[in-house]
Amino acid sequence: MTATESAQKHKILVVDDEPDLEPLMLQRMRRYIRTGVYEFVFARNGVEALEALDMDESIDMVLSDINMPKMDGLTLLERIPDVAPDIRAVIISAYGDMKNIRIAMNRGAFDFVTKPVDFDDLKFTIDRTLQHIREWKDALSARDKLVVLQNELNVASMMQQSILPNKFARNDDYKLFGTMQPARNVGGDFFDVMGLSDGKVGLAIADVSGKGVPAALFMMSSRTLLKGAAMRADGPGEALSEVNDVLNEDNDACMFVTMIYAVYDPATGTLTYADGGHDPPLVVHADGTTTQLPVTEGLALGVLPGFDYNQYSHQLAPGDTVVLYTDGVTEAINSEEEQLGLHRVREAFEQNPPRDAEDAGHRVIDLVNDFAGDVPQFDDTTCLILRREG
Amino acid sequence: MGINAERAGGTLIAKADGRIDSSNSREFHSELEATITDSDTSVVLDFADVTYISSAGMRVILMTAKGLQQSGTGFVLCSMTDSIREVFKISGFDKIIPIHNSQAEALSAVGA
Repeated sequence: MTATESAQKHKILVVDDEPDLEPLMLQRMRRYIRTGVYEFVFARNGVEALEALDMDESIDMVLSDINMPKMDGLTLLERIPDVAPDIRAVIISAYGDMKNIRIAMNRGAFDFVTKPVDFDDLKFTIDRTLQHIREWKDALSARDKLVVLQNELNVASMMQQSILPNKFARNDDYKLFGTMQPARNVGGDFFDVMGLSDGKVGLAIADVSGKGVPAALFMMSSRTLLKGAAMRADGPGEALSEVNDVLNEDNDACMFVTMIYAVYDPATGTLTYADGGHDPPLVVHADGTTTQLPVTEGLALGVLPGFDYNQYSHQLAPGDTVVLYTDGVTEAINSEEEQLGLHRVREAFEQNPPRDAEDAGHRVIDLVNDFAGDVPQFDDTTCLILRREG
Repeated sequence: MGINAERAGGTLIAKADGRIDSSNSREFHSELEATITDSDTSVVLDFADVTYISSAGMRVILMTAKGLQQSGTGFVLCSMTDSIREVFKISGFDKIIPIHNSQAEALSAVGA
């Protein structure tokens, strides 16, 4: 049934053992019946009414007398939710019969009218009841949509969590640590760590545009493509160029991912990276002073095929900590709607240098959480840390 | 969200405001699409009153840029706050979409 049909025509079940109500109702409501506003169906008692409700799902409301053989109106009220939980009932009672009216209302009647029936009042009461039922059904369908959306977000969230490394290689040359704190509505951050030839290690941090399942799927393909490209490519710039070209194929949805891909060579202590439209790495030195490495003038991946990604190499000193992060960190907002900004991250490390990779990662997340307080964050908060030991 | 549109000759000057993020990016996209007509020879999107743009919002800008490029319609952005200008610089979007400091500069760039 379409929205317009349901707004126009409503089926009302009238339950009364007195045979004269039926012709009277059809006569007094004939204008609305003729114009298709109402359709009336009739039952002689509660048992017949329940049968009718069970058979006919298109009945919108019930209008019922109280005193009837086999099953009275008050018992019917108790039974309606079992067969038709979204139906509302209006009771017709004897004038001044407050006792039964109270019982009916307590049993969930939506409203009541009294005998002798004033048909103008009845029309008003029916319309008010139908209005309520419409709003109730709208609310139910909104809730159902929300549940579907929530399920979808749960799937996306599980996909996102499942691809993140949770064990980090530990050795004497360097330590790694990565962590992601998801936003309330699943975002699109991920990071990855890849063992490469000659003892080198590949590090990636990325932020996919948008949220939900489409973002999660794009994240999965970006990660898989990078893993492949990382093995083959001669350096991060070439790897990003390859990933970018594939992501641009059939990308009508214009999704994109910003990314830093870096290769660390423990033999020399050199970090070589390329930015795909992502904030460049921050290096925290052993004494807490910081250096933000230059951008390599890249472009978000998936935007422009054939784009040539540059790379840049930086020599790490023993004790240097490389912090890769997403904009969920720097753009975290507090109750004053201020952004955290990279300067606060740098100040925090300058005051208190990180002890190790894990400490640096936790400190970034704590800084965001302390800054944000109760303000819900719209973006994932992610960082990936590399520390050169020695 | 609400897009304020005016026209100077064949140029549409569209002004967005507030935050453009995943909560309203669809709405922003459909409003922008509804605002742009076939008779517009170029489009200036004015960011003066935009306070924040997330990646979902950037995606709308990208889709618009690609759509307008196909139809041969000029598309430039202008009047960004420093933080939004930085988002366009870091993501590299400023390499594919021209950004001007002021609406006047943008208009003269599209020849309006």
